[in-house]
Amino acid sequence: MTVTAGSNKRRRRSWLQDWRLYVMLILPISFYLIFCYKPMAGIIIGFQDFNMFKGMWGSQWIGLENFRFTMGMSDFSYALLNTLWLNFLGLICGFPVPIILAIMLNEMRSIAVKKISQTLLYLPHFLSWIIIGGMVLQIFSPSTGLINSTLLRWGWITTGIPFLTDGPHWQATYTLVGVWQGMGWGTILYLSAITGINMELFEAAKIDGANKMQQIWHVTLPGIRSTIVVLLILNVGQMMNISFDRPQILGNPQVRKYCDVLSTFVYRTGITNSQFARATAIGLFQSVVGLILISSANFVSTKLGEEGIW
Amino acid sequence: MTRSEAPQTIKVSKEKSIWTGYQIVLTVIIVLISLTCLLPFVNVAANSLSSKSAILAGKVTFWPVDLELNAYKAIFADPAMVRSLLYTVVITVVYTAFSMVMTILLAYPLTKKRLAGRRFFNTLALFTMYFSGGTIPIYLNIKQLGFLDTPWALILPGMLSTYNMIILKSFFSALPGELEEAAIIDGANDFLVLLKIYLPLSMASLATLTLFYAVGKWNSFQDALYYIQTKAYQPLQLKLYHIIKGSQAVDIAQMEGGTSTLATEISESIQPATIIFATLPILVVYPFVQRYFVKGVTIGAVKG
Repeated sequence: MTVTAGSNKRRRRSWLQDWRLYVMLILPISFYLIFCYKPMAGIIIGFQDFNMFKGMWGSQWIGLENFRFTMGMSDFSYALLNTLWLNFLGLICGFPVPIILAIMLNEMRSIAVKKISQTLLYLPHFLSWIIIGGMVLQIFSPSTGLINSTLLRWGWITTGIPFLTDGPHWQATYTLVGVWQGMGWGTILYLSAITGINMELFEAAKIDGANKMQQIWHVTLPGIRSTIVVLLILNVGQMMNISFDRPQILGNPQVRKYCDVLSTFVYRTGITNSQFARATAIGLFQSVVGLILISSANFVSTKLGEEGIW
Repeated sequence: MTRSEAPQTIKVSKEKSIWTGYQIVLTVIIVLISLTCLLPFVNVAANSLSSKSAILAGKVTFWPVDLELNAYKAIFADPAMVRSLLYTVVITVVYTAFSMVMTILLAYPLTKKRLAGRRFFNTLALFTMYFSGGTIPIYLNIKQLGFLDTPWALILPGMLSTYNMIILKSFFSALPGELEEAAIIDGANDFLVLLKIYLPLSMASLATLTLFYAVGKWNSFQDALYYIQTKAYQPLQLKLYHIIKGSQAVDIAQMEGGTSTLATEISESIQPATIIFATLPILVVYPFVQRYFVKGVTIGAVKG
């Protein structure tokens, strides 16, 4: 009894003592409430025949009609399938590259060359997709672009390769550029994981007569296994999310069926065409599936004995 | 004679030089891959300095052909372009300042285990990383708040990154708690402890986060495309987007003297020139700040 009273008293005192900490929290918490949680309430318009003038509370409820309508649109199916397909391609082609690159960088003995290479490799990460997209449009342009004009001059091809104007080519270019942009930056986590490996393991392997490849296979890779697994799971959990900038800048009407993804579809439906309720429904679908994916990813990660992400 | 000397020389060279065959092959591969990150810029820069006919003939690779500066002259003669650059700088600075204040104000209290409700506030912040209202409700919220088509729409909605907050929190947590206890005994309160002890000790992390925010804002384009219509409020990336997508290229050329000959003359070089114009600010600061970024990524990998 006395103990409880005492701890209650202490707790109350600490509430009062800590008032300054609560004052600090006022701004950031208001931020979350106004800019993150308030829009979550706005999700309800996905279930309404939303009318701008009647507002969120005056519009008519129509249940799942918006979902039924948008999911019946052929554009939606393309956007959904492209999102998953492009993310899948990005994962298959892009995931191993930073690992290989990190191992190679780690093997390098010339510190100067390594430093310069790293500086160059990280560079694309610092540029906006608009700038990269602009460069890609320049370099991959059908007749005047660097690649096509060089190949034409060398006589390797007779007509320009339609990198950005033919569907499958566009998807390959999109994936390649993504891999290129992320490969250098992606090495950082692996490099720091590699430095965490006990050097004695390498020494022991050398004494046992392991060559370079065997050392990499039996020491380096197992040493960064948990980093690989966690990043892989995180990536799989992001399959439904696709950035807006990259498909928006690289895409063009000629390859609409191949380049339209959920983010650009929501933008076009919602903001360009002002179909707020339908676009909200698509967004909600995407968020919910995304949340399920990331939760399952986390579940799998902890089940595998790796650290979860939360 | 030669037989007995040969192994010795190999041994010496092995000790002195790092350039074994393995290392040479490795270096060549890495250098080639690294060049793919540099050469696109060189090509775009060369295009921006070349004449229309040379570009159309596909003659330009990594060096300007028929050097001309007309595209750059047009950009710098266009007051809207230069104003957009300055405007983007202002937006970036204001946004970064706001963001840093918000991040510090959230990260610091959340590191205090004695804070009642800490778990609640923490979850409130973390949940937003995994679920959001979605594009349209966020857009309507901005509209309802009256920020649509004002610079505030570029500054306020994204001014707190939970990810960056976690980085700072894990850094604050790593500082020894005794520092705070000692300061409190000396009569300091939470504000003073934060200002006089925590912030000065975390300058490197704060620099990293400042750069994360600043580069993120400088490069951001989605929010501008969604929320900004008025040309005067368009940041550089959005202007660049319109130029690349071909809807504003002629604007610039006509601004300068209104001659249609110039417009056709620079029709090919204006895009690469604008790309270089928008990239230069990043390229200038990049070599100096790169290491801070690398540090931030490795801290960020620590579990929140």
